[in-house]
Amino acid sequence: MLSPASRTVLDVRNMTVKLPPGADRPHAVEDINITVKAGEIVCVVGESGSGKSVTSFNVMGLLPRGLKTTQGEILLEGEDILKASKERLRDLRGTRMAMIFQEPMTALNPVMRVGEQIAEVLQIHTDMSRADRRKRVLEMLNLVHLPDPERLIDAYPHQVSGGQRQRIMIAAALSLDPALLIADEPTTALDVTTQARILKLVREMQERRGTGVLFITHDFGVVAEIADRVVVMQKGRVVEQGTRDEILRRPREPYTKMLIAAVPSLKPPPATKATGAVMLSAHDLSKTYGKKTFLFGRGRVVHAVKSVNIEVRRGETLGIVGESGSGKSTVARCISRLIEPTGGKIEIAGQDMSKLTASGLRDLRRSVQVVFQDPYRSLNPRRPIGASIIEGPVNFGLSKAEAVKRARKLMVDVGLSADALDRYPHQFSGGQRQRICIARALAMEPVLLIGDEPVSALDVSVQAQVLELLAEVKKKFDLALLFITHDLRVAAQICDRVAVMKQGEIVEQGPTEALFANPQHPYTRELFEAAPGRSYMETVDAA
Amino acid sequence: MTTIAAPAEEAAAPAPRKSSAWIGALKSPSVVIGAAIILIIAALSIMAPALGTIDPAEINPAFRNKKPGAERTIRNDDGTQTKFEHRFGTDSLGRDVYSRVIYGGRVSLIIGITVATLSIFIGLIIGMVAGYIRWLDGFIMRIMDGLMAIPAILLAMGVVSLSRAGLTAVVIAILIPEVPRVVRLVRAIVLSIREEPYVEAAITLGTPTPILLFRHVLPNTIAPLIVQATFICASAILVEAILSFLGIGIPPDVPTWGNIMAEGRSLFRVYPHNILYPGIFLAIAVLAINMLGDGLRDTLDPRFAKRV
Repeated sequence: MLSPASRTVLDVRNMTVKLPPGADRPHAVEDINITVKAGEIVCVVGESGSGKSVTSFNVMGLLPRGLKTTQGEILLEGEDILKASKERLRDLRGTRMAMIFQEPMTALNPVMRVGEQIAEVLQIHTDMSRADRRKRVLEMLNLVHLPDPERLIDAYPHQVSGGQRQRIMIAAALSLDPALLIADEPTTALDVTTQARILKLVREMQERRGTGVLFITHDFGVVAEIADRVVVMQKGRVVEQGTRDEILRRPREPYTKMLIAAVPSLKPPPATKATGAVMLSAHDLSKTYGKKTFLFGRGRVVHAVKSVNIEVRRGETLGIVGESGSGKSTVARCISRLIEPTGGKIEIAGQDMSKLTASGLRDLRRSVQVVFQDPYRSLNPRRPIGASIIEGPVNFGLSKAEAVKRARKLMVDVGLSADALDRYPHQFSGGQRQRICIARALAMEPVLLIGDEPVSALDVSVQAQVLELLAEVKKKFDLALLFITHDLRVAAQICDRVAVMKQGEIVEQGPTEALFANPQHPYTRELFEAAPGRSYMETVDAA
Repeated sequence: MTTIAAPAEEAAAPAPRKSSAWIGALKSPSVVIGAAIILIIAALSIMAPALGTIDPAEINPAFRNKKPGAERTIRNDDGTQTKFEHRFGTDSLGRDVYSRVIYGGRVSLIIGITVATLSIFIGLIIGMVAGYIRWLDGFIMRIMDGLMAIPAILLAMGVVSLSRAGLTAVVIAILIPEVPRVVRLVRAIVLSIREEPYVEAAITLGTPTPILLFRHVLPNTIAPLIVQATFICASAILVEAILSFLGIGIPPDVPTWGNIMAEGRSLFRVYPHNILYPGIFLAIAVLAINMLGDGLRDTLDPRFAKRV
């Protein structure tokens, strides 16, 4: 290896990529300068639409059709890949540069064995024999710490977990020792504990092999965890770049400062104990999915939720925290009656749901409202938002004029203009849509508001605003708030009490401050350990 | 409460959206060409009496099996004589093939459009019920599977022999095997749309199921169904021609493209024009409708639009 600190692997100079006419801005990225040295991890951070993915795709020569590089050069070990022929690019991909993607499931071919997919890279770029290739693949699987490589090499992608798939992708990407590895949000689709392990693996691989890594992310926790240097992008421009300490501890630009300030702290603010009436109580709530098999045998029974006990008071926020598959969303869906629970008792404002008739249940629906995760799909794209907001009240007999009046007032309450009611959802940004969804829920005058990962799809700066709004409407309308999230930082900021779920069960429940200060259950502790950039960000917070 | 910060992001300028996909469809050459040809054929059939045709059922044993271009003198009621040219020749009963082909388009288009409309309408209702009311799904879909298992031609023969042969019987015979295909399509769309958060949101808002289906689910089915309708229309025209050709469709005195070809079959080697002209019209009509359908699918169907 050459002296790794000095050799420049990637040098992007004055790169400008033009957007097709009619887009919201003329350039996808403008005058970008980024360098990656061997043995260095450069994190590109930015919110959605900042141009970070366009940058990484352009380096791989994978720019989507319709986009054109109009200026600048991209030097990979001194060779301008913008001028390279298609054949040369194909040669370079895999051998000198490689990429791992956000969705490890879709990045692997589902009908090809894992080993074959890694071997494919070797087959295309080298003249290794079949046996040699297999040996090399086994070596790579070992290197990325996959358990039992001998068995895994012949497995199909659906037989391995998400984290393992990402390891396989990394193994394939690194199998020919590329000089540059581009990682495009490689841990965003993974659970936090898995993410921690993958980040560790990327770090280890890069150190061992001296690979230069261009790491695209939106998460400052991840940046704090692995970056050597940081490039902050906004609307297609590089706002600021520097070493990790420079950017995280001494940001110069207001935009960077705002981004870092918007990262919720893991330290919960002191909470006051809620004393209002109990609006939701669930006893022994459970939901099983039983596979009825035809005639013979009993199918597999899946316990999505196992005897969950929770209580939310008026004016209080209960957070349910857990990884994917923990059953936290199932709890929310049972309470909002989108699915029927198979056991237990749910009381809304003292009324037992199971004892209600169909019409009583329908009346109770208005008391429980949900804000969903994906703001792009939770509003009917064909209807003006006003129609969506008044739909509920009109269903329950309010006159249209009255409902519109209420909707106009609520629009102001959620920080939007009352005159925007006749616009369509696509005319709003993600954060604004989530505000509209909150207005729609409030229009029903609920007693219990359920947020099912309501801020997970939003950029960090918008996230903070929506969280603030939720806290404010809770106070103003005196609501009980049930908040489902996978993000400990978010939970710390908004929840008065937190319940941690794992595999359908609540493993720990308590006031946020106490639970965060002193987690009891080993799983809770593991979750905290895994929170990216925890130790680093704490020192930043303190500063 | 005045403390909520105004959102930092501005709403994008109002953009025209509602009809953009439809406008896009009008720019596709296959849509334009297909639609133009269909309109021409439709205009020909509607204006048939004004296009120099004579009664397509008029038999003239003295003037049988004439080649295209043959001329005949017609004696009018008031004693005057006019020359009439059989542009496409005459068939074995002396009927004018040109008139029969032009009039024959009427039956084909009526059958195509009726079958397409009815099958979409019936399939939409059954498909929505099957897709949304889960406990009815298995029952309905097994019936549909059963219907699809019956060979279409066999079913048509059964229907026609049970009732009097005619337009209605043929429409029903073609309709029955088409409906299950529409049901499957609609059911699949409903199943994916019902999982959309905005549908779940409507459920929590207490929207009654019929309104929910009409307001939130139905609009998503329209574009794919219009595409499907064009393919059904083309296939119905073909099946009608097949049935008529086999002699189990429309009665032979009514001119349809299938009937004309059936009539010309026995003398095909000597007088190919009897099959050639209706065949050309049939092929062009079906091609045009399929082109229209393909073009619409490319622009309207989101799964295909992404690739373009």
